Amino acid sequence: MGKGKSVTHVVDKEWCKGCGICVHFCPKKVLELDRKGKVDTVRLEDCIACKLCELRCPDLAIQIINKQEREND
Amino acid sequence: MNDTPFNFKDYVRSRFFPHMWCPGCGHGIVLGSLLRGIHELGLNKNEIVMTSGIGCSSRISGYVDFHSLHTIHGRALSFATGVKLSRPHLKAIVPMGDGDALAIGGNHFIHAARRNIDITAIVMNNKIYGMTGGQFSPLSGPGKKATTAPYSTIDNEFDIVELAKSAGATFVARSTVFHAVEAKDLLKKAIMHKGFSVVEILSQCPTYYGRKNKEGDAVQMMEGFKNNTVKIGSKKLEKNPNLIQRGIFVEDTDKPEYCEAYDHIIETAMKGNS
Repeated sequence: MGKGKSVTHVVDKEWCKGCGICVHFCPKKVLELDRKGKVDTVRLEDCIACKLCELRCPDLAIQIINKQEREND
Repeated sequence: MNDTPFNFKDYVRSRFFPHMWCPGCGHGIVLGSLLRGIHELGLNKNEIVMTSGIGCSSRISGYVDFHSLHTIHGRALSFATGVKLSRPHLKAIVPMGDGDALAIGGNHFIHAARRNIDITAIVMNNKIYGMTGGQFSPLSGPGKKATTAPYSTIDNEFDIVELAKSAGATFVARSTVFHAVEAKDLLKKAIMHKGFSVVEILSQCPTYYGRKNKEGDAVQMMEGFKNNTVKIGSKKLEKNPNLIQRGIFVEDTDKPEYCEAYDHIIETAMKGNS
């Protein structure tokens, strides 16, 4: 499992519409909506790279890149 | 199988993004699951034809970087039948909404299923006509509210799975946008299935269906999919038979596929001629 430093969140704020699905379904409460109502990674160190946000994002606006996983490949 | 990391920007026409669907619309999640499935299957983008009709869900064909046909309301399956018969090696995928598939295109739907032509029909069921302003659809069901049914509908709904089954589809499955991984796996199986495959994916329309029926926002509607659906044959059904079942309902590989049967007829007719 990738934790904290090996995970990168790529968020396209232009594509995000702020529906809050990713924020609600994140098991570690890593994500929040910022003042403009767009998704923001606030607790990256807690991210376990489960990718539930990426899978359920209707706007294809968030991508989770887990470096550890790639190295293992 | 494809081992390279998935990046949806390889599969979409980025210049059309952000897409036109409302915030929280489930159709985007279906798009994501479909692209992931296609990536995992390792299909060539030039061998996929996406044919769609009219409606929110049908806009999906404009966003994908495959061959795509945006055709007339309800008739996407007919166009896909033409494509498939002339170029049988292509993978035909037809994304449809509930109204597009079963109201306007109801006849085309049952006849494509009856022929068992190798097309994958994805029915994104959000139980309402979203694009035209929230009219009730044949999937809304009795007691639901819509802009054209302010005192609730009295029409009974279709069961897509039962309809597709009895019409002769050889692969019938159901999932929801909450179960995005399951939906991806079912879509993969449906695309690889030889014959007419139907995948119903329950999707949310927070803008019209959710608001009119007090089902809350997109998040609450997705929680609803989690709580109101179970896998086929789950023990929870004994307590509450109203739960919606998810999974593969039919998988039949014995029935002849239409394009192959057509090739046999051509062979028979040409016998003796050079």
